[in-house]
Amino acid sequence: MPNAHPAIELKGLTKGFGSIVANQDIDLTVFNGEILALLGENGSGKTTLMNMLSGLYRPDAGEIYVSGRPVSIHSPHDAIALGIGMIHQHFKLVDVLSVQENIVLGTVGHFAGKRKLSREIRELCERFGLMIDPERKVYSLSVSEKQTVEILKVLYRGARTLVLDEPTAVLTPQEIGRLFDILRKMRKEGCAVIIITHKLNEVLEISDRVTILRKGRCIGTVETRSTTARELTERMVGASVDLSIHRPEPLRSGPMLDVHHLTVVNSDGVRALDDVNFSIASGEILGVAGVAGSGQKELCEAIAGLQPIAGGAILCEHTSLEGLSPREIIRRGISMSFIPEDRLGMGLVASMGMVDNMLLKDYQNQPGMLIRREGARNLANSLVKQLNISTPSIYTAVRKLSGGNVQKVLLGREIASNPRILITAYPVRGLDINSSMTIYRMLNEQKQKGVAVLYIGEDLDVLLELCDRILVLCGGRVTGIVDAAGVTKEQLGLLMAGQTAEEAMRNG
Amino acid sequence: MVKDVRDALPFRMVKRADITQARAWAIRLIAIALALLTGGAFVAALGYDPIGIYATAITGSLGSKMGLELTAKLAVPLLITSLGVTLAFKMRFWNIGAEGQICVGAIAATYFALNHADWPQVVLLVTMALAGIVAGGLYGMIPAYFKSRFGTNETLLTLMLNYVALYTIQALQQGVWRDPSQQGFFKIARFPKVARLPEVFGVHIGWIAALILVGLVYVYLRHSKQGYELTVVGENEATARYAGMHVKRVVLRTMFISAGIAGLAGMLQASGADKTLNDTVAGGVGFTAIAVAWLARLNPFGMLVVSVLFCILERGFQAVQSLYNLSTATADVLQGIVLFFVLGCEVFLTYRMKWVGAKGGVERV
Repeated sequence: MPNAHPAIELKGLTKGFGSIVANQDIDLTVFNGEILALLGENGSGKTTLMNMLSGLYRPDAGEIYVSGRPVSIHSPHDAIALGIGMIHQHFKLVDVLSVQENIVLGTVGHFAGKRKLSREIRELCERFGLMIDPERKVYSLSVSEKQTVEILKVLYRGARTLVLDEPTAVLTPQEIGRLFDILRKMRKEGCAVIIITHKLNEVLEISDRVTILRKGRCIGTVETRSTTARELTERMVGASVDLSIHRPEPLRSGPMLDVHHLTVVNSDGVRALDDVNFSIASGEILGVAGVAGSGQKELCEAIAGLQPIAGGAILCEHTSLEGLSPREIIRRGISMSFIPEDRLGMGLVASMGMVDNMLLKDYQNQPGMLIRREGARNLANSLVKQLNISTPSIYTAVRKLSGGNVQKVLLGREIASNPRILITAYPVRGLDINSSMTIYRMLNEQKQKGVAVLYIGEDLDVLLELCDRILVLCGGRVTGIVDAAGVTKEQLGLLMAGQTAEEAMRNG
Repeated sequence: MVKDVRDALPFRMVKRADITQARAWAIRLIAIALALLTGGAFVAALGYDPIGIYATAITGSLGSKMGLELTAKLAVPLLITSLGVTLAFKMRFWNIGAEGQICVGAIAATYFALNHADWPQVVLLVTMALAGIVAGGLYGMIPAYFKSRFGTNETLLTLMLNYVALYTIQALQQGVWRDPSQQGFFKIARFPKVARLPEVFGVHIGWIAALILVGLVYVYLRHSKQGYELTVVGENEATARYAGMHVKRVVLRTMFISAGIAGLAGMLQASGADKTLNDTVAGGVGFTAIAVAWLARLNPFGMLVVSVLFCILERGFQAVQSLYNLSTATADVLQGIVLFFVLGCEVFLTYRMKWVGAKGGVERV
């Protein structure tokens, strides 16, 4: 329970970038011994706010108080000196060093002996219920263990306030459970925890209070006990939203894509995919679940012809795609949209506007040396209208659009090419609820038109609601292909962790 | 606790959202005014008359037919080379080897100039131009090949290849192409009449080639498939592969064209301006072109303006130097002051200063 001592108080924080105001007059308080969730749509200013707290940005106006004293924070060093530790989404660890070397890296004026250091770390681990061997090398750690190291790193530097930016995005349900145990332990130790997340069920599970941001303003703070997912969404979006994902009956009029014994060896010589078998019917959505880096990227790239295959076959309507160039595969109606962490990584050119991005896939079909842009212009205009893409103009660099709009541009272009097979990886990554719902609707429309959809996702709840069947990858192997209607989240989690389908069904 | 130095400053730099053209030009004009004031103070301190010096600079570069011709002659290779490097830069390929590519283009052209004086003038000049383009282009493909094959750093490789080309010219001067009639001097013979570019309005026809190239490069970048491809490759290789582009082919092709244009500049310089080959054929143009290309924000028409302004400055201070008997260093300092302000003002086009007043920082724990 929060006691009366605020760990951090933000008063009237304002930050603008050019003419855009990212944060306007935001108040936020987090107490010692409390977990505060920071909730908001994309572009609502959560990250900007936390970046001011961790010293990456400087506020244009407003004050920050730590333990009741006004402070000014100029760098992450200042932040940590004030006991504020930030856990970013992307880990900043040196792979070849050990856990404890990573922990002392960058600390100043602290030359503890190896043995003393090791003891200190073990003590910390014990106090907060972290499980990690300080001697292990970071490259041998799993994603969730790396996250643990990040947490240890800031705790070791004396952080009493932890800020976690979407910490659960890369974890299995079991690992999320363990992370939450750690956070609860911290709360008990009197630390203050701020957790940024999109996932309402997690907010409800872990937090004591929720502060909601909308369009850069603070909408309010509520006690978690006395609120519901519906209320939180409404306050976050500013309107009531239907949260249920519709799942039309699949047509399944015949297999569209068959993958037989697919094996892919990546550039490190590791088998990224190992004997993968599945098939997608037309008019069906096949989901792919798995922790990050289980072979999802290689699967997409192998089908799109970007990754040579070491064994097996990929058949599109019974014709093999092997040896075809990406260009020829596109011509056969196979369309891939892969949204990596930075969203613009593969599929869009950030500095170009919508028009030039529309050209990407069909400019080669135009005759002659020169490019004609009328078609692309019309397509861009109609996408803006159909999908409610908000952009100053169709020539505005897509980099300047918000995440949801970028995804709509990408998926809209892929769909406009009338694909027979649509591969989409993480299309709602980092998207808020409204935009996500639009994307799901678009995918369902494709399904009903008879397109075979391969949906690679992160959120198990969504996979369960949207997909007809779910394929689970673990370390490049298929651990199960299950009917979405007859499986639980826990069972999926066990499959993701490498258990076989029988074990998972028994244990889950 | 050490206090942050930024606390002591009464202003902060804030990124601009957008800037109107009028305001951008106002900033540039202020920068030029400040440059003239500072430069004026500098020469005044040395005991010269600043007004006189500036007047000489203007008349020296623009005031007479000869001044204009000299300025134009300087601008031709600079403009063409800027257009060349722009193609590579647009692809995010840091071609800082234009200097060497100019030299190689000039060497190839010189081969035909020295050995085929019996050819008709048009045939010979066209051959020389093509030789310059092809030789420069192939030279530029060397770093491109190594980059796409082995991932080598093109900045280093293109830079190093500059010296290879430069010293090749010196080797030729002192070796096979040495003109024995020059007695003790290591020089290459002057080109025969047929190997020299004809002049139009007192300047060799390279200037026409340069103007045509401005239009061609603009169309190539904005409206051709190849230009589109190289832009995509530069922005995001993963996306380029995903869209079915042959990234290596695009890289090699673009570098061939980029370096080929620099090679053409070399041929024009040797045949039109120098009328021989010597080791100053590039004379730093390959580096200045980089500044020109970026100042013009990779816009070909912008480069036309910027390169001419650069050359007015250069030619103007050459005139000042000879008339006032200034040292080269003094003229260079003056030129440097102007460049400093003009280049420096670009910062204020993307950022603006925001006054926050000299309020005291808050004591930290």
